[in-house]
Amino acid sequence: MADITTGALRRTLNLARPDDVYNAIVDAHRDLSDEQCRAFDARLILLLANHVGDEAVLREALRAARETMEES
Amino acid sequence: MSSYTYRHYEYRKPPELDGARARRPVVIVGAGMAGPTLALALAQRGVPSVILDEDDTVSIGSRSICQAKHSLETWDRFDVASRMVEKGITWEQGELYLHDKPVFRFNLQPEPGHKFPAFVNLQQYYVEEYLFERCLAEPMIEMRFRNKVVGVTPGPDGVTVEVETPDGRYALETDWLVACDGVRSTVRHLMDLPYPGEVFHDRFLISDIRLLSELPKERRFWFYPPFHPTNSVLLHRQADNVLRVDFQLGPDADPEEEKKPENIDRRLRQMFGPEARWEHEWTSVYTFTCRMMERFVHGRVIFAGDAAHVVSPFGARGGNGAIADVDNLAWKLAMVLAKTAPVSLLDSYCSERRAAARENILNSTRSTDFITPKFAASRAFRDATLSLARDFPFARALINSGRLSVPTVQPDSPLDTPDGDIDWLRGPGPGRAILDAPVGRDGSGWLIDRLGPGFTLLTFGDTDVPVGDLPSGVGCIRIAGDGLARQRYDGRPGTTYLIRPDRYVAARWRRFDAATIAVAIRRATGNG
Repeated sequence: MADITTGALRRTLNLARPDDVYNAIVDAHRDLSDEQCRAFDARLILLLANHVGDEAVLREALRAARETMEES
Repeated sequence: MSSYTYRHYEYRKPPELDGARARRPVVIVGAGMAGPTLALALAQRGVPSVILDEDDTVSIGSRSICQAKHSLETWDRFDVASRMVEKGITWEQGELYLHDKPVFRFNLQPEPGHKFPAFVNLQQYYVEEYLFERCLAEPMIEMRFRNKVVGVTPGPDGVTVEVETPDGRYALETDWLVACDGVRSTVRHLMDLPYPGEVFHDRFLISDIRLLSELPKERRFWFYPPFHPTNSVLLHRQADNVLRVDFQLGPDADPEEEKKPENIDRRLRQMFGPEARWEHEWTSVYTFTCRMMERFVHGRVIFAGDAAHVVSPFGARGGNGAIADVDNLAWKLAMVLAKTAPVSLLDSYCSERRAAARENILNSTRSTDFITPKFAASRAFRDATLSLARDFPFARALINSGRLSVPTVQPDSPLDTPDGDIDWLRGPGPGRAILDAPVGRDGSGWLIDRLGPGFTLLTFGDTDVPVGDLPSGVGCIRIAGDGLARQRYDGRPGTTYLIRPDRYVAARWRRFDAATIAVAIRRATGNG
């Protein structure tokens, strides 16, 4: 596990209905080809990135996403 | 083919071939945009120079067409900028299209109150013609056409240049040699200096045409238009009803095939419709590189413009970056020659302009990556941004079809005095270019017109400041009352900016204090 220091990115649950949100994200990809999924995800990430607005949070999320990939 | 008449400038047998031997303070290699600008900026400070050029005419082809505000402000000191604005096309609006639909319009200079517009589109050959004309009328500048540099011998306190002419070879001795001789710099090759950087493989086709019908005045950029569905197209208007059409061809295009008039005409026909009529002006298939020398100053040899650093064309940072280089260099070189500053002042030319080149390369590389994505995910994000842009305004800001040249920031320069006061709400801090503004009683004058060839103090408030204590040659402009200048500089009574000769801020204070200012001026001239 990469060294986790307390940063700007929230690491504890922040969703009132986590199962619903998780399944909404997955369901939105249903019936899309891999290429369409990539296009969809790109749109979703850009929309959310702008909404979050905090560059420190985004950079930490980018690092976290990449680091957890290297572990798996 | 071209509607521009290329004039051939007169070659004269150099006096050295008849036995004359006079050491020169400055020899400039290359009569493009940078070389003559440097010569004029030096002449304004009393420094004579010789310009050597292997050719005898101006730029073949329109090449650098977007002349930015900061460059126009530089040229205005030689009274050629108004002519460029009159001849060129002033544009501030642009429109971006995806497929066949407009996505959004943009305005590059929403702010009024500047003498010069954000950009003027004018072909490089006109810019050079006006600069040449001005140089030829200047007794301190000697332009030597058909004088090709074939040898460079650097010495500890000067350089010997070997020059070939139609009448034979001669040697020219100079204190300083400035290479403004372009991306394939002869001087750089002769000195065997490396030019590291990145090569890009996408091919582009420039087609300059004279369209014999209604012309758009704004910049237009298309991603995947119906007339070129696989790639992007940029359209720009220039002087003389000439349009620059820039087609992205992709990495696998065959340049010879693409250059054929019938193939260009086929694309243009799809673009402009069956009724349009045009004439070809200039055609060029290009790829580009981003490169930068490790040092711009090698003893008594100095490199500027494309000879020192080169970027992709997106963002108009080549020509404008070159003009900023020589604007930065001229006053420093003049002070070193006058012995009012140490030779080490030129180290700051290298550090400041390398920082600028890095910023330009970063910006142009980002534009390049947006226009020509290098991997699948990069393309997915680019296309996602484009498709979001119509309905989600935030995404428009992410579209990067070229971040157009604005003066670069030169952070942490050893010449600048960092802010001591911390209550600045606005205004250019140290390392940033000044902002023009209307000044004078009726607001009819311009701040940039008040600046002399030396350092200038810009002060705010209703009472005169004791400038008598300051070194001679330092100008002083006092802004009284309210107005755009006061707003742009966050000017309060006592606020003082120290402006360098290249129109960058060296220091600023809330209080006028002659002793502090004198220290900052010594620092800004390498005498600190």
